[in-house]
Amino acid sequence: MAMMRYAEALNAALREEMQADPSVFVFGEDIGRYGGVFKVTKGLMEEFGETRVRDTPISEQALTAMAVTAAMTGTRPVLEIMYADFVPLTLDALVNQASIYNYIWNGQVKMPFVLRTQGGGGAGAGAQHSKSLDSMLAHIPGIKVVAPSTPADAKGMLKAAIRDDQPVVFLEHKLLYNTRGEVPEGDVTVPLGKAATLREGSDISIFATSKMVVEALKAADLLAADGVSAEIVDLRSLRPLDVNAIVASIAKTHHAVVVNEGWRFCGYAAELSATIMDHAFDELDAPVARVTLPDMPIPYSEPLETAMLPSAEKIRTAALKTLK
Amino acid sequence: MKNTPSVEQHLEIYRRMLLVRHLEEGLGTLHKEGRTRGPIHRCDGQEAVGVAATAVLEAGDKVATTHRGHAVYIGKGMAVHPVVAEIFGRATGACGGRAGHMLVADAEKGVIGGNAIVGAGIPAATGMALSMQILGTGNVAMCIFGDGAAQTGICHEAMNMAGLWKLPVVFVLEHNQFGLTVPSEVQSPVEDLSIRAAGYAMPAEIVDGNDAVAVYRAVSAMVERARRGEGPGMVECKTYRIEGFSTSDMGGYQKPEDIAAWKERDPLLVSRKALLGDVGEAKLAEIEAAAKAEVAEAFETALSDPMPEFSLDEACNPYSEAH
Ligand SMILES: Cc1ncc(C[n+]2csc(CCOP(=O)(O)OP(=O)(O)O)c2C)c(N)n1
Ligand SMILES: [Mg+2]
Repeated sequence: MAMMRYAEALNAALREEMQADPSVFVFGEDIGRYGGVFKVTKGLMEEFGETRVRDTPISEQALTAMAVTAAMTGTRPVLEIMYADFVPLTLDALVNQASIYNYIWNGQVKMPFVLRTQGGGGAGAGAQHSKSLDSMLAHIPGIKVVAPSTPADAKGMLKAAIRDDQPVVFLEHKLLYNTRGEVPEGDVTVPLGKAATLREGSDISIFATSKMVVEALKAADLLAADGVSAEIVDLRSLRPLDVNAIVASIAKTHHAVVVNEGWRFCGYAAELSATIMDHAFDELDAPVARVTLPDMPIPYSEPLETAMLPSAEKIRTAALKTLK
Repeated sequence: MKNTPSVEQHLEIYRRMLLVRHLEEGLGTLHKEGRTRGPIHRCDGQEAVGVAATAVLEAGDKVATTHRGHAVYIGKGMAVHPVVAEIFGRATGACGGRAGHMLVADAEKGVIGGNAIVGAGIPAATGMALSMQILGTGNVAMCIFGDGAAQTGICHEAMNMAGLWKLPVVFVLEHNQFGLTVPSEVQSPVEDLSIRAAGYAMPAEIVDGNDAVAVYRAVSAMVERARRGEGPGMVECKTYRIEGFSTSDMGGYQKPEDIAAWKERDPLLVSRKALLGDVGEAKLAEIEAAAKAEVAEAFETALSDPMPEFSLDEACNPYSEAH
């Protein structure tokens, strides 16, 4: 085990996969000479050269479309999109290209590409640099969407994503990059589509991904002081979703809170609620509670932004209400 | 002249253009009988572009094309039957009936593939070229795109990167004078769209797109350059869509005198005339009869081929985790 920052764990995953497989290449804006605006790709250009580590023009639409066909023709591209807020520019390549070919071409092509991006609020970056568009991405059949919360999962899941033959959108969070944690050494992958129970509990299950897992863990401490035993399930992967882990946890606690940093309407929290209805309705003693962003743009000023973001305190309130 | 196709090569281009024309006419007839499904974009009158441009390519080279790709499918080596069967949604189609006529692919032949999002083929071919450059395969990617597609934003992004990184990609502009119905002068302030190539440090050549030999010559010079690692190039082929936009086109926007004038310069007539002196009438008649029979047989077989069955649980179906 080594103590690492989340960003360093991602960097290690990229480096190891590039060392192991010459068909892996990384490209994106400011990722080469500068090492990425969040320093995730630091040092890669020095080690692997300008052919496999490319600084690109500001061309999200074409870059994503190019990743799709590069992946179809023998390479394993890892594209960095600087902010999740720029994902709308990539959508044609995801919705109308990447996600369809495996099926409509009857299995003739593989699509091993990873789109890395980072989202989320709390850093005062304003309405165009703070969003979590995970719901929009998880809506697309044929694309895997993952959002690890720990440095260990960041490394293991990025390695797994690069080796996956389907397109994977890999969601990072700007406020997780500096978080630290133990990361197993060597070639350890973490499978996509498997949840992890980070804290066992018996009264209520809280399901979250990415930075919301950190908030959920804090909420569990608050709830413990309230005399409530909360189980925290880090879904890790939004799609494919580990439905079994969700059902197993609810079978124990009979209460559920779902947390998502994205918008509420048609959002991922709504999907989780419906999934719980489909698979565990009889186990529930109360309706599923949703904790999400309100349906509005993310404001800049600190008190405004803080007031609207999902937080440990809001998760606690939702849990207590559900248990009443 | 350098890069001129041999008589045999030109004869094969002519044969494939004939296959495409019979394919288009067969589809037109069946459409009138109400036996086709969905819109079909015929390329009558433009066969020289798709066929002669792809005739330059080698087996490992790849091509991305448009919603009007029949000439490219046949030009890059697909047989007629799997194309027709795909258009009729049969299990025996190139993609098992899942793709339809606009999105046909045959990965083994390097056709990946048709694309019905206008402009999307441009970054598609550019991405393939990026992959070829990284792997050092020595192959070339080709993009066939329309005068409408040339106006998209993604065209600029992709061509900029192609020029910047000297990617092995050749952009073949099929300038058939119209977008869907809007004439090119209403879409762009410049008549010759390939003047834009200069902005991407790409050489460009404008050719008569109805002359297969001219298309072949210009494209092969660009392909050779790209293969040598000297970067992308563009060929603007001036041609005309003599059968309108698609089978759902209600017409009224193409001038009858223009259609008549372009019909006189039909690419099949241009090639036939050029080949007549070299190979003689008997040889041409033989090839023409054989092409007609080949397409007729492909239709006959395809129309009695089985339909596919729907299933959610298949090896290449990554979409079924949540039902
Ligand atoms: C992104 C997008 N916008 C609009 C359309 C509808 N559409 C289909 S073909 C076409 C015209 C394309 O013109 P051009 O590229 O010149 O090709 P042509 O049909 O002339 O072969 C349009 C507008 C589409 N399919 N995709
Ligand atoms: Mg056109």
